[in-house]
Amino acid sequence: MKRLLPLYAVAAFAFLHLPLLVLAVFSVNSSRFTVWQGFSLRWYEAALADAQLAQAAWNSLLIALAATVISTAIGTICAYGLWKGRSPVVSGSLYTTLVTPEIVMGVALLAFFQWAFRFLHVQLGMHTVVLAHVMFSVAYVVIVVMARLRTVDPALEEAALDLGGTEWDAFRLVTLPQLWPAVASAGLLAFTISFDDYVITSMVAGVDSETLPMVIYAMARRGANPVVNAISTMIVVGLGVLIVVSERLRTS
Amino acid sequence: MRRWFLAPTASMLAVLFFAPMLIIVAYSLLARGVYGGVTDDWTLESYRRLLDPLYGAILLRTLTLSTVATVLCLVLGFPLALFISRSGSRKNVYLQLVMIPFWTSFLVRTYAWMFLLRDTGLINSALLALGVISEPLPLLYNNGAVLVGLVYSFLPFVVLPLFATLERLDKSLLEAAADLGARPWEAVLRVVVPLCAPAFRAGAVLTFIPCLGAYLTPDLLGGGKTVMAGNLIQNQFTTARDWPFGSAVSLVLMAVVMVLLIVSMRSQREDLL
Repeated sequence: MKRLLPLYAVAAFAFLHLPLLVLAVFSVNSSRFTVWQGFSLRWYEAALADAQLAQAAWNSLLIALAATVISTAIGTICAYGLWKGRSPVVSGSLYTTLVTPEIVMGVALLAFFQWAFRFLHVQLGMHTVVLAHVMFSVAYVVIVVMARLRTVDPALEEAALDLGGTEWDAFRLVTLPQLWPAVASAGLLAFTISFDDYVITSMVAGVDSETLPMVIYAMARRGANPVVNAISTMIVVGLGVLIVVSERLRTS
Repeated sequence: MRRWFLAPTASMLAVLFFAPMLIIVAYSLLARGVYGGVTDDWTLESYRRLLDPLYGAILLRTLTLSTVATVLCLVLGFPLALFISRSGSRKNVYLQLVMIPFWTSFLVRTYAWMFLLRDTGLINSALLALGVISEPLPLLYNNGAVLVGLVYSFLPFVVLPLFATLERLDKSLLEAAADLGARPWEAVLRVVVPLCAPAFRAGAVLTFIPCLGAYLTPDLLGGGKTVMAGNLIQNQFTTARDWPFGSAVSLVLMAVVMVLLIVSMRSQREDLL
């Protein structure tokens, strides 16, 4: 058992990490086929020169930034509100968004937007994608910020109130400054989730709002293409860095 | 005052979560429009169609694959959690090694398995080059590929709760078992595993729920041959243009998920929020 368990762990970690490592290794393979031929950055050059990929990456970035700012702002104050007093309705609703299958959320939002557009003369586009992303990322923000709030001493706010501050002052000047690492961590998490989403985005995106995951999906469906390996590797490395930073901030 | 802090999120959820869900409820009770959308006629036709054996088979496949994937996650996740809980100061590093791939791009991780499994993929290319096989093995686009994808995606959901429980486990129980003559593996099977029962249940729910709603995994790794409930819903809203039926399937899925959630919440109070 002493010897078997570490062996098993090696196999399990290989199962979790090898698929992405293999992808990264073959992204710098000069051959188009899955045979190692030699080191080359040609697929990265091809990926970076691709206008469609560039446009999609730009869209993804704008959407993720907008969704992150909104969901982090409203999620942080929501966590604060829940810390001041429980609200089973709000927490229950947030839990429900976490467990709702993405595809169900996607079609429900699509149906909702189509219905609302009968009254409002707008169409699916970047704005609908941002709204959808705010909706599914806010629960993650609340959870991360809430975990931090649990370590905050409520007596500090009481002191602020005793000294004549308003409740808003107490939040802004006493509690919020203690929350910044958690808020930053939550924001990075929201950004990652938004940047990566395919299922919901593909349902509510318009013609002008194709995101990076949508382009990657289409390329992956079409068949073997080393450009997908290159762009995938860049995404994994980029988002991986964000997640490690987010984890550091969360546990700091 | 507190209300004002909750208000933005609460109103956002009302508009972007509950209103869409209500629309789906209404659509599931309406007749389909010719070009997608719905007409104004109320009907239970969509729910009646759920009883069609064709769709029954899809729902049954969804349940079967989700169950098998969950069991595999529990069986594969337990030894990993045990290893991590026993690795002293490196615990947190190992735990991060489990979690980090989970947070980095679901789409890319699924694509990585396409890259490994397809006819011209790494496994087939390697086996062909070594002369083990003479033509590519059909590794992709079947139930097995979907299962691998699901287990790979959701394994962390099992490892985390198991690890949390193993961390708090009273070590003297293992010493007692050893004193009474149990071999190490006997102590694990007869002492540790039973004590982890609540964590197994939590991990099972955490894995089973996303498996039920899986869309991308069966879509990319099952390639249209392994249709699960999520793919059926997507198809009804796009190619088939039957929004009422897609809505009905969505609600059935949602109902199963909610029942599971409520049952599991009752059995354990885990307060994240």
